[in-house]
Amino acid sequence: MTATTTSPAASVGEVPSFDVTLRFRRFDPDAANPEPFWQEFTVTAHGTDRVLDAMHKVKWELDGTLTFRRSCAHGICGSDAMRINGRNRLACKTLLKDLDLSKPIVIEPIKGLPVVKDLVVDMEPFFASYREVMPFLIAQGNTPSKERRQSPEDRARYDDTTKCILCAACTTSCPVFWTDGQYFGPAAIVNAHRFIFDSRDEGAAQRLEVLNDKEGVWRCRTTFNCTDACPRGIEVTKAIAEVKRAMITRAF
Amino acid sequence: MQTHTYDVVIVGAGGAGMRAALESSTRARTAVLSKLYPTRSHTGAAQGGMCAALANVEEDNWEWHTFDTVKGGDYLVDQDAAEIMAKEAIDAVLDLEKMGLPFNRTPDGLIDQRRFGGHTRNHGEAAVRRACYAADRTGHMILQTLYQQCVKNEVEFYNEFYVLDLLLDTDLREAKRPRKGAEVTVVGVVAYELGTGEIHVFRAKSVILATGGAGKIFKTTSNAHTLTGDGMALALRRGLPLEDMEFFQFHPTGLAGLGILLSEAARGEGAILRNSEGERFMERYAPTIKDLAPRDIVARSMANEVREGRGAGPHKDYVLLDLTHLEPEHIEAKLPDITEFARTYLGIEPFTDPIPVYPTAHYAMGGVPTTINTEVLRSNTDVVGGLFAAGECACVSVHGSNRLGTNSLLDINVFGKRAGVAAAAYANEHELVELPEDPAAEVVAELDRIRTAEGGENVAELRRTLQETMDADAQVFRTEESLTRALGTIDDLRRRYRSVSVQDKGRTFNTDLLEAVELGFLLDLARVVVVGALARQESRGGHFREDFPTRDDKGFMHHTMAYARPTSGPDTEIRLETRPVTVTRYQPMERKY
Ligand SMILES: Cc1cc2nc3c(=O)[nH]c(=O)nc-3n(C[C@H](O)[C@H](O)[C@H](O)COP(=O)(O)OP(=O)(O)OC[C@H]3O[C@@H](n4cnc5c(N)ncnc54)[C@H](O)[C@@H]3O)c2cc1C
Ligand code: FES
Repeated sequence: MTATTTSPAASVGEVPSFDVTLRFRRFDPDAANPEPFWQEFTVTAHGTDRVLDAMHKVKWELDGTLTFRRSCAHGICGSDAMRINGRNRLACKTLLKDLDLSKPIVIEPIKGLPVVKDLVVDMEPFFASYREVMPFLIAQGNTPSKERRQSPEDRARYDDTTKCILCAACTTSCPVFWTDGQYFGPAAIVNAHRFIFDSRDEGAAQRLEVLNDKEGVWRCRTTFNCTDACPRGIEVTKAIAEVKRAMITRAF
Repeated sequence: MQTHTYDVVIVGAGGAGMRAALESSTRARTAVLSKLYPTRSHTGAAQGGMCAALANVEEDNWEWHTFDTVKGGDYLVDQDAAEIMAKEAIDAVLDLEKMGLPFNRTPDGLIDQRRFGGHTRNHGEAAVRRACYAADRTGHMILQTLYQQCVKNEVEFYNEFYVLDLLLDTDLREAKRPRKGAEVTVVGVVAYELGTGEIHVFRAKSVILATGGAGKIFKTTSNAHTLTGDGMALALRRGLPLEDMEFFQFHPTGLAGLGILLSEAARGEGAILRNSEGERFMERYAPTIKDLAPRDIVARSMANEVREGRGAGPHKDYVLLDLTHLEPEHIEAKLPDITEFARTYLGIEPFTDPIPVYPTAHYAMGGVPTTINTEVLRSNTDVVGGLFAAGECACVSVHGSNRLGTNSLLDINVFGKRAGVAAAAYANEHELVELPEDPAAEVVAELDRIRTAEGGENVAELRRTLQETMDADAQVFRTEESLTRALGTIDDLRRRYRSVSVQDKGRTFNTDLLEAVELGFLLDLARVVVVGALARQESRGGHFREDFPTRDDKGFMHHTMAYARPTSGPDTEIRLETRPVTVTRYQPMERKY
């Protein structure tokens, strides 16, 4: 039996190391005079390191007070959305080698939510909007004794929006959300989409009513920031457009 | 300090915790405390599937599933528990579908099923399609769906609350234990609010531990940074036993050097493991089911290939997972996330190049011992009134010495549900127990000690030493010598930990402080793992002793029960006892695949 045994390029083993400088937007509410400030750190990193690895190096070796959320470290839990060089991304999914390392990497908290400390923001307003769109299956009638049937095509219809990890990268990249704290924001609409287009769901009318509100989908100005920001590759703007269309075509 | 009172307090908001909450919150006043936002829990990282003998695509039944679970666990499984799990699996999957979980479907619109390691037709004849799945995001969908239902049912959450102590009405830490049959009851928990640094005491009639795994005792792991075994350590510190902690599962296919998991579903869909010579080496180790042999066997085979010089790469230190012969569209549809992991984190295009993989610490088979009704045991025979545990932090034991893939998502649903029902029922039949005087005193003292210490030992350094030691000396291959060395290092680290200090002295969101606390948990658990591994002079499932390479049913067909006991010095010591395995239908046989 033959197989390709080409050794994968520079993946593991001898990897080059290099210095990176990270420039953080910091804020300590417990300080005598709590004012945001900038601070730079330089650490040595390796070929496959991500921004999160470099941040851990800072926290673990240089300054234990640097504060950020993280858990899974591979883009699944949605803890570490932050603004990296002006773009919303997950620190654990952003490889250092993909950034311009000739300048400091600028790291700030995501925008539009109150900053608690350093890169940690208050997520409550974000989750409150999410809860408002009724993000759960609404089905009337008796529950069947076996599974409900759903064709693979019907299942595919809403696949994209099931990927959401509620990291808030999209919502906090949206200029409308920055200026209007009441706007539901893309993530809530994505989660409404996930149910509106699920053939098993019967709550579309209720959800569309919520989203037809003045702070609902119509505030979206289609700037595509959200689609660019989504670390899961969800076509957020498209989903919002589909919800808008459903609003026009479905009587409710 | 604030005091709250509930009927049921659930510690942890992963799959097990939220499944429990859905049951208990409709029956009794319930609060869920979680150190993470619920949707950040590591259940969301699970990829491959959740198995149940639905028989949607081919003949199957729960008895075959029970047998596979028992055999997969190398006969250390409690067979009554495995039977319950396999039977209740079917409703557990259907419940999730009814809650809205977007399973992949067959052309007829039924829940689709795929193959997974160790799951077979008719007691080992051939691989069977038993795993229900949603692409390679099954755990994500379970976590999201359960959270959605919690939102719907207005379950009360306390997010970013770290539970740091478990309160019982009797001190079990003393050398002398309460007599058999004596009543010991849970009182509540003590929690630390990350956002404010405030201490909260939660009084409750019932408490459910659902804090997940402890993978961070190892360096190379598929587990999240936050999987530090808190619930297990809290129980141990309060004098409760931990069961079978020496059994840790090393998943064969972690991305080499990183530990990020590539689901076994890849092999379920036809991917093949190869060594540097391109050989499909699993044909030598498991001639019948080859790459789909249980994880312990595959992981050891891989490590053995590397040891014998047939590893790939510049350092010959990994093997290759080959998907290149598979249809790209098929793989993109069934395994979109893991192909993306290979691209993002290793820069490998999996359709043209094989992926470097090596075993990664993945799952704790052991944990807080419980009955089949999830009641926590304080000895081989007695339970703690009102205390329950479910999910990866518990040991029922349905996984024995090696868990089969897809059996954990099942475990958290089946036993999570049982825990929620049992905890609410207990709460409805019992009164609150008086709080001890100054219930948070120990937690407050410990936190103050760490926060105010200056210039002491560094958390990151102690943790790195621990993790490297565990990888080097207590991983896939173990010997008396390596384990003794590991124990020496751990004892030394425990001594150094007593003078640990942190830089962040603040009250708000002090993760520096909490990382120090979590390191304490890791040091407690690593010691139990190693002490148990030293004593178990046989090889069984995930525990492989090179100096005792065969299973020894005469000497070791029993569970290990580890207790922390006081010594004359400042540290405790680990005392081991045994507990019989429940055997119902299946007598131990040699495990061949
Ligand atoms: C990468 C990966 C892939 C996997 N794939 C599969 C698969 O395909 N099939 C399968 O069956 N199994 C799989 N598993 C195993 C399975 O996912 C886990 O065993 C299971 O999800 C654990 O669920 P849990 O609810 O017990 O814990 P978790 O989901 O880890 O939740 C633990 C909860 O406890 C909380 N917590 C922890 N400590 C504290 C504390 N001190 N105070 C308050 N709260 C606390 C956390 O915040 C969290 O909410 C996989 C595991 C990994 C790592
Ligand atoms: S740490 Fe989980 S998404 Fe980055």
